[in-house]
Amino acid sequence: MQTAIKRIIFFAAIIAFWEIGSRLELWHPLIFPSLSSVFSALVEGFQDKTLIYDLIASFKRLAVGLAISLIIGTLIGILLGKSKTADETLGAVILALQSVPSIVWLPIAIMWFGLNEKAVIFVTILGGTFVMALNMRTGIKNVSPLYIKAAQTMGANGIDLFTRVIFPASIPYVVTGSRLAWAFAWRALMAGELLSTGPGLGYTLRYASDFGRMDIVIGVMIIIGAIGMIVDQFIFQRIEKSVIRKWGLES
Amino acid sequence: MFIEINDVNKQYKDKEDRPIDVLKGINLSIEKGQFVSILGPSGCGKSTILSIVAGLTKTTSGQILIDGKSITKPGKDRGMVFQQAALFPWLTVMENVTFPLKKEMKKKDAEETALKYLQMVQLGKYISHYPHELSGGMQQRVAIARALAMNPETLLMDEPFGALDEQTRSRLHGQLENIWTETKKTILFVTHSISESIKLSDRIIVMGTKPGIILQDITVNIPRPREEHKKEMLEIEDNIMKFLKKEIDKVVSEELQYANSH
Repeated sequence: MQTAIKRIIFFAAIIAFWEIGSRLELWHPLIFPSLSSVFSALVEGFQDKTLIYDLIASFKRLAVGLAISLIIGTLIGILLGKSKTADETLGAVILALQSVPSIVWLPIAIMWFGLNEKAVIFVTILGGTFVMALNMRTGIKNVSPLYIKAAQTMGANGIDLFTRVIFPASIPYVVTGSRLAWAFAWRALMAGELLSTGPGLGYTLRYASDFGRMDIVIGVMIIIGAIGMIVDQFIFQRIEKSVIRKWGLES
Repeated sequence: MFIEINDVNKQYKDKEDRPIDVLKGINLSIEKGQFVSILGPSGCGKSTILSIVAGLTKTTSGQILIDGKSITKPGKDRGMVFQQAALFPWLTVMENVTFPLKKEMKKKDAEETALKYLQMVQLGKYISHYPHELSGGMQQRVAIARALAMNPETLLMDEPFGALDEQTRSRLHGQLENIWTETKKTILFVTHSISESIKLSDRIIVMGTKPGIILQDITVNIPRPREEHKKEMLEIEDNIMKFLKKEIDKVVSEELQYANSH
């Protein structure tokens, strides 16, 4: 409750400063538009459905890109976790690739696929894959040897041991990996869309900037941030918390 | 003999690649249906013996025969209970106990079997709970039910009550004794508690450390329930205590030497 009150006061202060500053013309509206004009730009965008189309287009790409990156990441992670040789060779590459911001791949993607949907999805996939792979790897490696021993004394081995014990035991890492993959993929998608064609939130952001519509720019940025926060806090963090509790990993 | 441990040696390599004897010349024969405790100070290799019988650890030399067959890998004829319950947290109590039965039984039969053993450990009402919702003692009872559900000939228990509080432990001693009388399993029970071994077993194998060897083989002939024979229990306890004191002194003086030389 305390935190909630602090937050409300904090945000009220920012909003008040923003709106009053704009009205007193402390800065030029072209540099930073007023809250009310941002609000009306958003309302307008939703009314003529352009923002809705943007949201749908962005989420479609994200869904495809994230799904593919989670599948590939999981498979690579399992390979790294199970094979020492793969970990020592491919693992080093994955670790290096993870530190490359995924938007850096866009020039290559454009050469391969052209400046289109595919290139953006490609960048989104790369955004999520490596972090998922590394978390999956850690998950497999951290499975308690006790679970494996117990399962062996109950006759489990080979694939059976993997699907019934090792993989489920590493679910907490799968959830964390998915959460980070989503965050990275979302950032990569927005960067990719900024540089490609529409519709899409990132595209609209650049389009509005080209036409000097700062109210739309700020409005779309707020949408991007809000979606990021809502998905992280209300979906992934909740799943993560309940999984950590159930798997007995609470400290 | 039902379980035969023949001339088993186990060596590990230390950091400088020198071999360390964990077990040396272990010979042990156990009759079917016997409750045998392996008692010794920490580091005497008592858990290693159990792990070898379970098929989880390989011997350096020597062999284990159960019912005349050589043991090389884990099998459902030997149920194991560890110090930690080792229940799978993503499964309910029922799913945990049916885990070893999945392949060989229909779901309904597996659940009936599981329920029978869960009732035996008095947890029939907790089938849909998850492990994290149970206390340590309850978790360990589920683990016992899970091991029993496979209907193994042998039950291997590695300090199963070591992590529990005194009251819970003593309650579980009673339950285990009942289960043993009811199911007539052969039980190999590893513990460092002298009183626990006297309370439960027909026979106590006392082990010494560095290297791990068998020092004494004591038969406990006190009639059950043993609560009524406190005097006889104390006598055996005194004997073992005197005997083990030498061993514990050995460990302590070695540790002191180690501390002084570093």
